[in-house]
Amino acid sequence: MDMWFFTSPRTIVFGEGALEHLKELEGKKVFIVTDKVLRELGIVDKVVEQLKETGMEIRIFDEVEPEPSKQTVEKGAKVLSEFEPDWIIGLGGGSCMDAAKAMWVLYERPDLTIDDINPFEKLNLRKKARLINIPTTSGTGADVTWAVVITDTERKVKLELASREVVADISILDPALIIDLPPKLTADTGMDALVHAIEAYTVQWKNDFSDALALRAIQLIFKYLPRAFKNGKNDPEAREKMHNAATMSGLAFGNSQIGIVHAMGHSFGAVFKIPHGRSVAIFLPYVMEYNLSEVANLYAEIAEAVGITDGSDEEKARKLIKVIRNLMKEIEEPLSIRDMGISREEFEAKLDELVEKANESTGTIVNPRVPSGEDYRKLFLYAYEGKSVDF
Amino acid sequence: MGVNSLVKFPSEEWIKEFCKLLNENKEYEEAAKDWEGDFLFIVTPDEGLDKEYVFYVDLWHGKCREARLLKSRDEKKTEFIYEGPYSNWKKLIKGELDPIKSLLTRKFKLKGSMMKVMRATKAAKELVATASKVPTEFI
Repeated sequence: MDMWFFTSPRTIVFGEGALEHLKELEGKKVFIVTDKVLRELGIVDKVVEQLKETGMEIRIFDEVEPEPSKQTVEKGAKVLSEFEPDWIIGLGGGSCMDAAKAMWVLYERPDLTIDDINPFEKLNLRKKARLINIPTTSGTGADVTWAVVITDTERKVKLELASREVVADISILDPALIIDLPPKLTADTGMDALVHAIEAYTVQWKNDFSDALALRAIQLIFKYLPRAFKNGKNDPEAREKMHNAATMSGLAFGNSQIGIVHAMGHSFGAVFKIPHGRSVAIFLPYVMEYNLSEVANLYAEIAEAVGITDGSDEEKARKLIKVIRNLMKEIEEPLSIRDMGISREEFEAKLDELVEKANESTGTIVNPRVPSGEDYRKLFLYAYEGKSVDF
Repeated sequence: MGVNSLVKFPSEEWIKEFCKLLNENKEYEEAAKDWEGDFLFIVTPDEGLDKEYVFYVDLWHGKCREARLLKSRDEKKTEFIYEGPYSNWKKLIKGELDPIKSLLTRKFKLKGSMMKVMRATKAAKELVATASKVPTEFI
């Protein structure tokens, strides 16, 4: 295959007490990028408590909104430039970590705009600060990826920015931060992690390194997501395993690619203002059915990894899709867009926009089966109706 | 051009044939329906190619409006420049290199708005798929 890269943080600290690694940091100032909810929940305090032992001056920017906008990033970057930290911490879900990555770039390179965060631009970061990501959900993988998703509110589109240079220096996976995650968020983010791993394993840019991480992550998610959803804080093992799996999925898709589940999910999320995990998960079974003609063998490999061993490749793949639909039911994820309470009239009125935005996504061209605009239209309609894909 | 005749790459005939096939590609037409922007495709010498070849290609709303061989890269100013060595062009045309991946790994260089290109990756893929359909003879 063509030459390619595997990029990851220099250090991933995981397991009980991982947050204590913050005490080891050396520097003068640290800047935390987070949101108001995490501040109210006391999660930010847990991080600050560790950082106080370093003697560093701490400043907190807690204005990151779900699906962060360009404006928020630019505002945060301005505060960063005034404060001049040598460490930046992205603390939260994907929104906070992606916002931290983008703010970091604009802080290091005030001569650039957010649109310059692309794989072709040499950013030359780490002259002023380094980045630590601390995820507080188990799903996005944003702690270890080089993707930055920021919403352009004027164009109503999610900018899929990326640069290998924005991969954090350190990712800290402390299960104590996600122990109280509500069931709905556990389900949405857990499905996001599953989609990452399945797409990483089947896209055209898959590779040996991403395959290994994806397959193990899928095994962990199948085993522990239902338990984490059902038992919550009473099952710390399930919480910890899901937290690790999400980051492994992040390393997998970050070093291969996402496919059209994400292309459709990003489009759907942007148009209907639906949180990322949920907007993506809904399309997984439909896209797997659509991709069957190209990668039944790869779905069969995944099926085998989770204990589905009988039948031909296609039979195993179809059983896997059925198992995924059952998993979604078990964790109370909607199985069709109609189930999400969106009227057919409203959906059809926005169908052209959905197709157009999905077509623009890089996920489109690396998907194992590259859809035409008409294919996208049909996939969206089938997902609306909850109808199995037959084309 | 006869059914079995091959077109030498790089040459004026090759880029004309590419333009003709692109205009017959419905997938490209759909993917690039909003695209406005012209290119220099530059083939730099290596592996037996002894001089630089520069193609001008004007792409407009899913169609190739013009394509020709230029005398030099200074002959025309374009919105984009896509440049790489002959050996990599061969691999690209044979379908052995992914067009986007080859930019990320610096096998090819692209000058112009990266954001605009990244929103048109499907069109880029179809451009390369069309190049692969030209019955090509390499030096």
